Amino acid sequence: MSDPIIKIQNMNKWFGDFQVLKNINLEVEANKKIVVCGPSGSGKSTLIRCINRLEEHQEGDIIVDGNELSEKTKDIEKIRAEVGMVFQQFNLFPHLSILDNCTLAPIWVKKMPKKEAQELALDQLKKVQIDDQANKFPGQLSGGQQQRCAIARALCMQPKIMLFDEPTSALDPEMIKEVLDAMVNLAKGGMTMIVVTHEMGFAKEVADEVIFMDEGMIIEKADTKEFFANPKSDRTKLFLSQIL
Amino acid sequence: MQTLNFLKPNRDNIKNYSIIGSFLVLVSLIDVISNAFLKINLTSFLPGSLTTLFPLIIGLIGLNMMRIDYSGNKKLDLLNKNINTNNFNALLTLVILFSIIKALPQSLSWMIFDATISGDSKDACTGTGACWTYIKVWFRRFMYGMYPNEFHWRINTAFILVIALGFVGYFMKENLKKYLALYYVIIYPVIAYLVIYYLISGGSFGLQWVETGAWGGLSLTFIVSFFCLIFCFPLGMIFALGRRSNLPAIKYISICYIEFWRGVPLITVLFMSSVMFPMFLPEDFFMDKLVRVIIAITLFEAAYCAEVIRGGLQSLPRGQYDAAKSLGMGYWKMHIFVILPQALKLVIPGIANTFLALVKDTPLIFVVGLAELAGMLALAKTNPKWLGFAMEGYIFASIVFWIICYAMSKYSYNLEAKYKTER
Repeated sequence: MSDPIIKIQNMNKWFGDFQVLKNINLEVEANKKIVVCGPSGSGKSTLIRCINRLEEHQEGDIIVDGNELSEKTKDIEKIRAEVGMVFQQFNLFPHLSILDNCTLAPIWVKKMPKKEAQELALDQLKKVQIDDQANKFPGQLSGGQQQRCAIARALCMQPKIMLFDEPTSALDPEMIKEVLDAMVNLAKGGMTMIVVTHEMGFAKEVADEVIFMDEGMIIEKADTKEFFANPKSDRTKLFLSQIL
Repeated sequence: MQTLNFLKPNRDNIKNYSIIGSFLVLVSLIDVISNAFLKINLTSFLPGSLTTLFPLIIGLIGLNMMRIDYSGNKKLDLLNKNINTNNFNALLTLVILFSIIKALPQSLSWMIFDATISGDSKDACTGTGACWTYIKVWFRRFMYGMYPNEFHWRINTAFILVIALGFVGYFMKENLKKYLALYYVIIYPVIAYLVIYYLISGGSFGLQWVETGAWGGLSLTFIVSFFCLIFCFPLGMIFALGRRSNLPAIKYISICYIEFWRGVPLITVLFMSSVMFPMFLPEDFFMDKLVRVIIAITLFEAAYCAEVIRGGLQSLPRGQYDAAKSLGMGYWKMHIFVILPQALKLVIPGIANTFLALVKDTPLIFVVGLAELAGMLALAKTNPKWLGFAMEGYIFASIVFWIICYAMSKYSYNLEAKYKTER
């Protein structure tokens, strides 16, 4: 068994007095696809936001690609550059064109020459099939197109890990498919992915493991087939019976 | 109002009613106009107070007859929606309209028809109207202050140079565009300072030294406003970011700075800068009064700018910060490329507001003995040879300030339109 690329040990996190994450233990190996599901407020988003330290944890260790995340971590930017993230609300930069959204970070963070960055960006945009929209602004695109652009933007940094925080929850049903297709293609390419989603179809298709969370705890962690075929805990059974 | 029901139009008779209504309004207008301009009282046959109220009553009935929810006639609907929604609004419309008409003849004859502009001494002004001769004679003083007449070309040249340098950004080559901010924030102010120092102050290159005490008039207004505007904006930006910083020391320094300068009146700040400040300086250290005043106003206005910019920073959704961070951008890259471009766009109206206030605050420097446009006016009106023309002077100053401020606000609208983005 190879060394896990993400390793979380006994992690606890509080928002003020409220404990959002309780004793989280998680190991993710390279090239694995993990789907995290669970009811609202169960701490799924907080968990993956901790992985690139958009949220700080108070106890326990998080080790990403050999780097431990803590207040002492100096080059947090370097680690974040290795960990791409896609958000529920897309969070494109509205004052920049689609192409500039994709090239901004490669040029200024990775010091890539402008021309090379643009070629890379167009390549990534082509993979999510919006290269024809490259000169438009985010406000002129549909939600699905914006989210695909957000995926391309994250991929332009050539990350080792991709985090998805409910990428389809803010989309019309019609647009969900185009975004999921882009994610499935990415998964087939061998990317390490952690996906918070309610799309169980997607989970069945690509996930290696499914994690079920409730009230800040990991209730169940199992292989995808196992998870859907015979869930162990009652809470998981109840959840699955409601959303399937 | 039941009895007035027959005066209410409906969709069938609106055409006739609006014709009669507009005729009645027209009659009331004719009555007021002839009264004001020709001094003829068309309704002298009516008893006492009815004569004065006659146009109001007739106009009200007219407007009442034209009032309908929807007529299909665009102009009529526009009129009803804007100035004729109910009887009270109709009354207000008429009162304002009539007041303007009544005030017009006097003000026009004072400002234009009976006014004097010929001659070059007070004796030319014998009429009852305004004495624009006063403005004409003092014009150079109002523009250049006590600056020697033969050197006025130096001020003009300096201004033309500074303005021309300001347009450099428009003609910059594409590959130099990224240094634009650097140019405007650091290089441009320095060059402008040098231009103004060497041309207007003089003292070298064979130009005679003119001390800042002699500067004045509108040119001084421009100099003070110009430097305060370009310095207070970046300074305000720094304090706005500082106030949102995670580092307690920077945060509290920024808060103290902002709250201190917002808490004291500008006039005391100006006094301090000219009276108290030199006491704290070493004996042999000399700083010109004008420079001290510019620094004082800059520090003062920077606090206001900071709060306006902070408002813009706060209105950005947290997702923008998250996205920038998740792409590996550090604090400065995130702010320079993602946060500030969006936030500054949002605060254009607020910044324009602050800048307008700044320009209109410059007359306060009179308290430390610097006479810009309004200050020169105050000096001129106490000149024994030209007593009694304060009115003309202040009207002139108001018009000049209005033109400057209106131009600035127009420019800010243009900027807003230019940088508008869809969310």
